[in-house]
Parts: sequence; structure tokens; C-alpha cells
Amino acid sequence: MADYDIPETHEFPIIPSIMEGSMAHSSPFVAGKEFQDDMGFPSPEEPGELIEGWKEKFLEIFQDKLNKYRSLQVFMDGCVKCGACTDKCHYFIGTADPKNMPVARQDLIRSVYRYYFTFTGKTLSKFGLAGLVGARELTKEVIDEMYSYYHQCSECRRCAVFCPFGIDTAEVTMAARDILAQIGMGQKYSNQIIPKVHKIGNNLGLPEPALADTLEGLEEEIEDDIGVKVRFPLDEKGADILLVTPSADFFAEPHVDGLMGYAKVFHAAGVSWTISSKASEAANFGLFIGNYESMREISLRIRDAAKELGVKRIVFGECGHAWRVAYNHLNTLAGPWDFLDQNYPIPQHILEFTKDCLDRGILNIDKSENDHMTLTFHDSCNIARASRIGEEPGSQFTTPRQVIQAVCNNYHDMAPETIHDQTFCCGGGGGLLTDDLMELRVKGAQPRMEALKNNIADNGVTHMAAICAICKSQFTKVLPYYGMTMDQIVSVHQLVSNAIILDGQGEEAEESDEAE
Amino acid sequence: MSVLSIIYVVLFYVALAVLIGGIANKIMLYKRVPAPLKIAVTPAPLTTGGVVYRLFYEVVFFNSLFRASKWTWIFGWIFHVSLLLAFFRHLRYVISPDTFIWPLVNNMIVQSFGHYAGFTMLVGLAGLFARRVFVDRVKYISSASDYLMLLLIMGIAGSGLMIVYVAHTDVIQLKAFVMGLFLADPQNLPSDPILLVHITMVLFLAMIFPISKLLHAPGLFFAPTRNQVDNPREKRHISPWGAELEAKDGRNS
Repeated sequence: MADYDIPETHEFPIIPSIMEGSMAHSSPFVAGKEFQDDMGFPSPEEPGELIEGWKEKFLEIFQDKLNKYRSLQVFMDGCVKCGACTDKCHYFIGTADPKNMPVARQDLIRSVYRYYFTFTGKTLSKFGLAGLVGARELTKEVIDEMYSYYHQCSECRRCAVFCPFGIDTAEVTMAARDILAQIGMGQKYSNQIIPKVHKIGNNLGLPEPALADTLEGLEEEIEDDIGVKVRFPLDEKGADILLVTPSADFFAEPHVDGLMGYAKVFHAAGVSWTISSKASEAANFGLFIGNYESMREISLRIRDAAKELGVKRIVFGECGHAWRVAYNHLNTLAGPWDFLDQNYPIPQHILEFTKDCLDRGILNIDKSENDHMTLTFHDSCNIARASRIGEEPGSQFTTPRQVIQAVCNNYHDMAPETIHDQTFCCGGGGGLLTDDLMELRVKGAQPRMEALKNNIADNGVTHMAAICAICKSQFTKVLPYYGMTMDQIVSVHQLVSNAIILDGQGEEAEESDEAE
Repeated sequence: MSVLSIIYVVLFYVALAVLIGGIANKIMLYKRVPAPLKIAVTPAPLTTGGVVYRLFYEVVFFNSLFRASKWTWIFGWIFHVSLLLAFFRHLRYVISPDTFIWPLVNNMIVQSFGHYAGFTMLVGLAGLFARRVFVDRVKYISSASDYLMLLLIMGIAGSGLMIVYVAHTDVIQLKAFVMGLFLADPQNLPSDPILLVHITMVLFLAMIFPISKLLHAPGLFFAPTRNQVDNPREKRHISPWGAELEAKDGRNS
């Protein structure tokens, strides 16, 4: 199946002994000139090289970032190398490469910070003693190493939960990636996708006619299935709610089953809603590449779409990092949202919407529809550690579980040290969901796969529900490597969709059953 | 006054200036650099009071470290608490017996706790040192300076204990020297070698504080991941440079 070993899973987690250089070969494709151009980033004259004056440029942008981001400045200074984070990263656990320990990953650029920007590093380097304080000169080899290992971080922030000083490797990774892109080493995967959002409306490059077609197909599918006409409106002016959802929801499994779930909930709640072809994408890869301007541009599409359509509310579908940007940054980047209805959260998560409907008792639920499954729930990193769903701190953990348990009879959590804010990344987040990083993705999934397998063995769990498009895609791909099947990952709203009984549902469906 | 005493008077003032100036400089830098985005690690408090509580819990109990690694936590916590107790013990050198604080410092409890703290401090430091040597992951991330820092503080604790147990110094004269520094009235420093070693190392530590990883102390309070209120939907957060971007293209209006 692969020319590398699939990590073993154990009954109890094991911290590996370090294996230096075990992932030094892992590096995603570098963006070619066309993609760098689209992003406004420079490209070198020869592929694989760096732009002229790259070193000065690197240090100049680095300094600029230190002036603009308090997080970066404080995090560069504050690490004491206590080692608390060293066994927390799923990529370290899965690969044993010491440069995948969060502190070592930070040190790739902190060493450069110390060499060029600190009194100690500057002074000692004059005497050839830079190594004494872990400072090192910036060379092409250092750049290559950064490119490799800053693309072995999914920006999941598990390390930041445990750091006694709150140092967040994601912030360091984002800064480093942006600097690299600006000296000609952008990542192909992300830099190829972002322009599609602007030119076409979504990461997939699904144009408006194709999207309309897809949504019509979904309407037909549901009508065939349950005999009720559930609408999937597109670009409908005057709708109350704008649904912004990851574009994988339009076609991929199990994402699309989740989208049908949202539509059924909206239908049952009797609200008017619409998707916008212009903002037919919740994902915001500007976050992954650490570029504020790019993240803002992508966010502003949603503002423009909301204004054009005259909606009163914005609801986001199941997507992890998109919700991080929506929850934490949409107000900053694309606000103020004074033209929307202030009686609702801006933006609102689909789970908040559904939970509210369940609480008000307006959904007709038949839990037995999900009796063929025993569920567990995967907390997505960006929802668990970088945002909130619901009104209380930590309600990002309870809300999805309450919704699942409101529509399913059989549910078991995975081991406590692998859920909630200690959840393990799926292994494909943060701009790494690309085939050229398959080995990393498979190995990085080890801790989550281990917890899932143990839950399957102990509690007879059959399916894992998730609320993130990247998690769902990643698990679909890696589950088979660990002896499970790709259909064991489901959308939370797929479960809602299975269990919800709409008015008028059943009569025609039964007729068609008889016809069969 | 002896030449030695003059040298140490100068050293004290320089070290104090570097320590205070250096830290003030860094704190001003941390204050000046904006946090453009909300990046609190969640679950995060919904109010400022909640943030104060979160930081208090981190500073006093090392909450995150406790969750991360019990060994590092126990050694690290013992070391820091010992440091605090030793600090209290040393206050008797800078407080005049005429003031009302004097009894709070010069009593059995503060003095004996501060004294035994020397031992517990060594235990904590030895544990942290052992982790660097024996845990392959921690060894990998350690630079020479990480070991030297531990050795320096071990040296300070060790020499301090030696002054108590092996070679007493003239504490009355020592206090006169310290008080003299405050009153700008230089006095002689007892010239016991162990005392000089102790003081020299402390002054060196003070001077490298603002240019080393010891900046973790002020840094803790400035980490946006820990000090931000979780209210991005309710309250718009915008940095000065973010606002400038908006003003330029007007797309947020």
C-alpha cells in the first residue's frame, strides 16, 4: 500500500524514542511561477532556487512580522525549553522525528531570531559561539529545512494547550510559511487553491452553473428518498440566512450527507436561506499560509455576498478552520456586521442553529434511524482549541455531543486524553491535505487512529462523526491504512439527516417501497 | 573603602540598571506590538476577570505544565516556590529594622522557610537538569545555555547554603553594604570568597535576565493565547495596522 511503514497502534499510547531525520525527506511541492504570481508572491528565476537577495528579504519580512504580531515577538523570547510540548504533537508521535517536536519546530526559526535579532546571539556569533545559545546563521539549508518542517505542522495548537507560557507553534508556522512564500517558496497546494476562491467562488473551482446543477440534484435525491421537497436555494436575494459551507459539502462523501442535514433542519425550522455562488466556500486558506491580507480578502467575499443578497444572518457549515476564522476573525477582517440582525450570533454555527431547534422541540426526531451505528465524536482541533460553539467556555465540546446524542441511541467517547481540548488532529489540517504529503498524513493520524481503534475494541463503536471538511476527507483517506473502512467517518448533520422526520415524509416513500 | 567594595558597588548599580532597564524595555516592546487577531486558546474566559483568574492559575500553579508533564511540573514548581521563599528571606538585607515590615520579614517562619528553600531549590534544579540529560527529547532541544543557566542557579543556591552552613559571613556588615547602596552611601562589603561568588553569580543572573530565556516571566502575561477574552463575536477586535488596511480600500464600510 505504501513504501513506508504504517505506524503501529497500541492499547496504551507510547511516546517514541527520537529518530533524527526520519521525516527530513517530507516536503510539499513548491508553488510554480503561475501560482506565486496569482498570489502576488515573487518567484525565483530558476525553479527550486530563491529570489535574488532572499536573505535580506527574509530578515526584513521577519522583522516586520515581529513588529506586527505580539504573539510572534513574545513566543520568540519566552521559550525555556522545558520540554512540556515535546510529546504532544501527533506528527512527532507518528514519525518520531525530533524536529516534529513543537519546540524544535519553533527553534528552526527561533535560532535565526537569536542570531540576527538578539543581543546575546549577535554578540556571541562574533566569537563563533552562536551555538551556545542555539543561534544559527540563515542559509539555504536552513530555508529548506524550514520549508520541510513548517509543512509538517497542521497548526492544530495541541502544543499550545500544554505550554506553560501559551506559546503556540501555529503562530510560528504561519509566520514562517508567509516569509517563505515571500522569498519565492510558497506551497503549491495552498497557493493554487486560494486564487480559485476569488476567481470562481470556491476552493474546488465549481462554477455557478455546476453548483446550481449539484444543488438541484440534491433536491431530487431527497425528494426521491423521503418524498418531501427540500429546497437548496442558490443566490436567492432576500433570504434570511446565508449559508457558508466548505465546498466539499457539495459533492464529497460523507460531507454531502451533512449538507442535506443542514437543508432538512432549515426546512423543518421554516426559515428562508440561501447559498451564495460568490461565497460558496467557507474554507479560508489564508489562515494556513499565515497571510493576513489574503485571509481578509477571502473573508470580504462573505461580506460582499451578504450585502448583495440582503441576508439578515450568516450560518457556517461543518468546517474546522473555517469556523476558527469565522468565529474569531470574521468580525475583525470583514466586520463590522451592523447590517445583520443583531439578535443572532454573527456568525452562527450550524450546530448552534440545530441545537437551538432541538432545544425548542421543533424537530421531529426518530433516533432509531441511527441504530445501525454506534458513534464516537472527533473534536476538530480548530473548534476545540481555537474557537467556540455555544455560549459557555467548553460548549464547543458539549454542543456536538448533545446533538449527536439527541439523534442517536449509541454513543461512546474516545479516551479522555484524546478528546476535548486534548484532541488529536486528524493529520491533514493546516494546508497539508495534499497527496504529496501522504506519508506525513498517514503517520500523523496515528494517535487519533489508535484512540478510535481502542474505542472500537472496548465499546463496539462503528462510526466516528466529525464536523470538519478536512477531517472528513483526511479520515476517508487514512482509515484504510489502519485496517478500517473509509465509510466509518460520518458528518454530524448526516446523523441529524437520518433521524429527522419532516412533515409529509413517509407516505410517498412507502408507496415507492411497495413499487420496488 | 576597599577597591573590592567599590567594584561591587559599581557592579550592583550596573546590574540593577540592566535588569530594570532591560525588562522595562522588553515590556514596552510587548505592549507596543499589537495583537492583530483573536487567538485565545479555548476554552477561554468570557470576561476580563476570567482572564485574570486564568493567568493567576498559570502563574501560581503552573496549570498547563501540570497537565503536560508531572515530572517537569513538580521539579519546576518546587524550584520556583523555593526561589520565592529565598527571596523573602533575603528581604531582611534591604529592610530597615525601624519599619513596620521588619517583623513580617525577620521572623522564624520566613527565615527558616527561606533557609530550607535553598535545599529544595537544589532538588528542583537537579530534577530539571536530570531531565535534560536523561530524556532524549529534552536533551535534543537543550543548548549549552540551557544547562549553564541551571548550573548558574545551582551555584547560587549552593553558595548561599555554604554561607549558612560552612563559612558564615558578617551579615551585619553585609546589610550595611546593601543599605548603603540604597542610600547612596557606599559601605564596605565583607570579603569572604563564598559570599563574593554568591553575589557575583546573582549579579550575572540579573544582567542576563533581559537578554535570555528568563524573559518567560514577563512573556507569560503577554501571550495572546492566554490573556485574551473569548468574545470575538460580541466585540470587534482590530489592530492599528488592520484598521489602516481598511481605511485604504474602504471595503469594510
